[in-house]
Amino acid sequence: METQSTYNYKVVRQFAVMTVIWGIVGMLVGVIIAAQLVWPDLNVGPWLHFGRLRPLHTNAVIFAFGGSALFATSYYVVQRTSQVRLFAEKLAGFTFWGWQLVIVLAVVTLPLGMTTSKEYAELEWPIDLLITVVWVAYAIVFFGTLATRKVKHIYVANWFYGAFILAVALLHIVNSMEIPVTLTKSYSVYAGAIDAMVQWWYGHNAVGFFLTAAFLGMMYYFVPKQAGRPVFSYRLSVVHFWALIFTYMWAGPHHLHYTALPDWTQSVGMVFSLILLAPSWGGMINGIMTLSGAWHKLRTDPVLKFLVVSLSFYGMSTFEGPMMSIKTVNALSHYTDWTVGHVHSGALGWVGFISIGSIYYLLPRLFGRNEMHSTKLIEAHFWLATVGVVLYIAALWISGVMQGLMWRALNIDGTLTYSFAEVVKATYPYHFVRFLGGLLYLVGMLLMAYNMFRTISAGRAVNAEIPAVVAHAH
Amino acid sequence: MSDFVSDFWSIWISAIVIIGILGVGALLFTQSKTNVKKGEQAQTMGHVWDGDLEEYNNPLPSWWMWMFYITIAFAVGYLALYPGLGKFPGLRGWTSVGQYKEERAQAEAKYQPLYDKFLKQDIKVVAADKEAQEMGKRFYLTYCMQCHGADARGAKGFPNLTDSDWLYGGTPEQVHQSVAEGHRGQMPAWGAAFGEEKVKDVTNYVLSLSGKKADAERVSRGKETFAATCAACHGADGKGNQAIGAPNLTDNIWLYGGTEKAVIDTITNGRTNQMPAWKDFLGEGKVHLLTAYVWGLSNNAPAKAK
Repeated sequence: METQSTYNYKVVRQFAVMTVIWGIVGMLVGVIIAAQLVWPDLNVGPWLHFGRLRPLHTNAVIFAFGGSALFATSYYVVQRTSQVRLFAEKLAGFTFWGWQLVIVLAVVTLPLGMTTSKEYAELEWPIDLLITVVWVAYAIVFFGTLATRKVKHIYVANWFYGAFILAVALLHIVNSMEIPVTLTKSYSVYAGAIDAMVQWWYGHNAVGFFLTAAFLGMMYYFVPKQAGRPVFSYRLSVVHFWALIFTYMWAGPHHLHYTALPDWTQSVGMVFSLILLAPSWGGMINGIMTLSGAWHKLRTDPVLKFLVVSLSFYGMSTFEGPMMSIKTVNALSHYTDWTVGHVHSGALGWVGFISIGSIYYLLPRLFGRNEMHSTKLIEAHFWLATVGVVLYIAALWISGVMQGLMWRALNIDGTLTYSFAEVVKATYPYHFVRFLGGLLYLVGMLLMAYNMFRTISAGRAVNAEIPAVVAHAH
Repeated sequence: MSDFVSDFWSIWISAIVIIGILGVGALLFTQSKTNVKKGEQAQTMGHVWDGDLEEYNNPLPSWWMWMFYITIAFAVGYLALYPGLGKFPGLRGWTSVGQYKEERAQAEAKYQPLYDKFLKQDIKVVAADKEAQEMGKRFYLTYCMQCHGADARGAKGFPNLTDSDWLYGGTPEQVHQSVAEGHRGQMPAWGAAFGEEKVKDVTNYVLSLSGKKADAERVSRGKETFAATCAACHGADGKGNQAIGAPNLTDNIWLYGGTEKAVIDTITNGRTNQMPAWKDFLGEGKVHLLTAYVWGLSNNAPAKAK
């Protein structure tokens, strides 16, 4: 077969390896701050205090671990499903080093206390500018590759990656509008309730596009590939794609129920959050039903286990989310551990598992091996991670509902039954279980790192050849 | 007050919300036709990517479609009943402020009689009532312990409420006055007027009043300054003046500490302190119960023993 050149796997390899490294860093910081909640004496000095490490944890797992996984897989998927080498490869290389620089700057500035104080957008304005430049480069590489594709149709995974790249650009630029005062301090151009609304429009769509749409793109490539089965329904993917990206944009106000945000805004946010249930589940159905005819593979293939269990957690947390957006439920759940548990069932269960599964799929192919160094270690990783997530979210469900009920409990004379400190005390055992769950998840990631380095050291970097374009029936 | 500066924005919001919801419904409706007969296997779309990636064209699962329609119907119903479409207040006329006021009114209707029951009783009688004491303690733990401590023994700058020593008087009426109206305590700064040496002299005299160890020479010099200046508020005998909250300096009870260093600091820099007024926030019923509880802390022997 005639081949012109090879796919660019170099940047995919770079991001894939860093996914595992940053995963360990981000989750380690998570385990540390979980421990600080159980043993407050672990809050050492201003730099390693909970308040400064917590944004480092969220930035590291979302943007460093999740972001690297998305760069790696999107560059891989867009090349292979477009049957063309990456567009503007030097820019692609720049996105790698630029993104690593963003992360390193986050690791330095957040513990130093430099922050915009906007959740998930804490990085100060010079870093915001760098992110913008890297993101524009990313868009040029991704959409350039799509534009030069050698196949007629755009594969569904690329719709989701594309929507993610465009939406995150919009979200980042609008929410980061700020007036610099010094090199390390800026103030948002928004104020009051408008600032809160812009922040949560950004915050919830960071969940919707960074942590959902993009990882659905990952799902649409790696699940059918690993299962060896066609995607269940093209039509379902059309409906849930458009419904999902449209509806997510409206859901932010459910973070601000019973606040100074106008009532009408809260209502609109709530109803669109409920409408979001079906579009979210569309992705889960399309992934899980793709396995029909291949269920037996689950018994022997731990990579497929990661991918399928990720979809279960996705379905669970996207059911939980709309329920929590209902005002009466939110009145109980808001400000409690329940919210933290919900986020982690999405972050550890969905985002973590789908990324881990996809990276296990990629590594042997990127380093000229038939499979990972040890399948048993993948299996062990799977069970450690699963038990870890379940412990984590079950502990925080219990502690969250308990907190909500204790805060609203009244004596016969209308006074509060429990003081705040009594409620804090009651959460200790659950926070300990949560710490254990997180620790198990981290240990799983260490196994993955070991497995990765053994795989790489016995392999060599390869770049697959691009097959010649074959005409296919329509 | 309306959230909208002009009708345009109200109409704009309503329009995009309605079009958005109907648009999602229309998307679903146009894609809901079944193209596969029962028992038939769905065909793939005929496109292949990356060697083996294909897509079936299965119809939308009907349970999923119905779930989708139900959430859309719920949205329409909710926005008819509750505020959401711009200025339209919703058929139920619900507002979050209205809900707050209603819940408050319900709570007041439920709890006020409990408090008012004791309002007619004398503070000393209330202080002896077990039920009232329990309520008073819960109010104390809700509103007062942040400053005066869970055990009511106070802290630096916050008076101990259990020691029968009163800055503003310990009769039921005086305690009631303190809780209801609050106080603003002010000790002037004498550092500039006295100079360092004189401050030390007065400090030694003040410490001697409580029987603490002091430099005899300084005590005699300090006594003169005290009589000329401090006695105006603290009295010639140093026993204070409850009418203006000037503390008794002879009882070895110290609001800001009784070490030489702390007293020097107090005299040099002065002190400003505030007890908030609770009358408006808590209402007379709760103030009455709290007064009885606090008075009881120093006067109820059995309560103290607990």
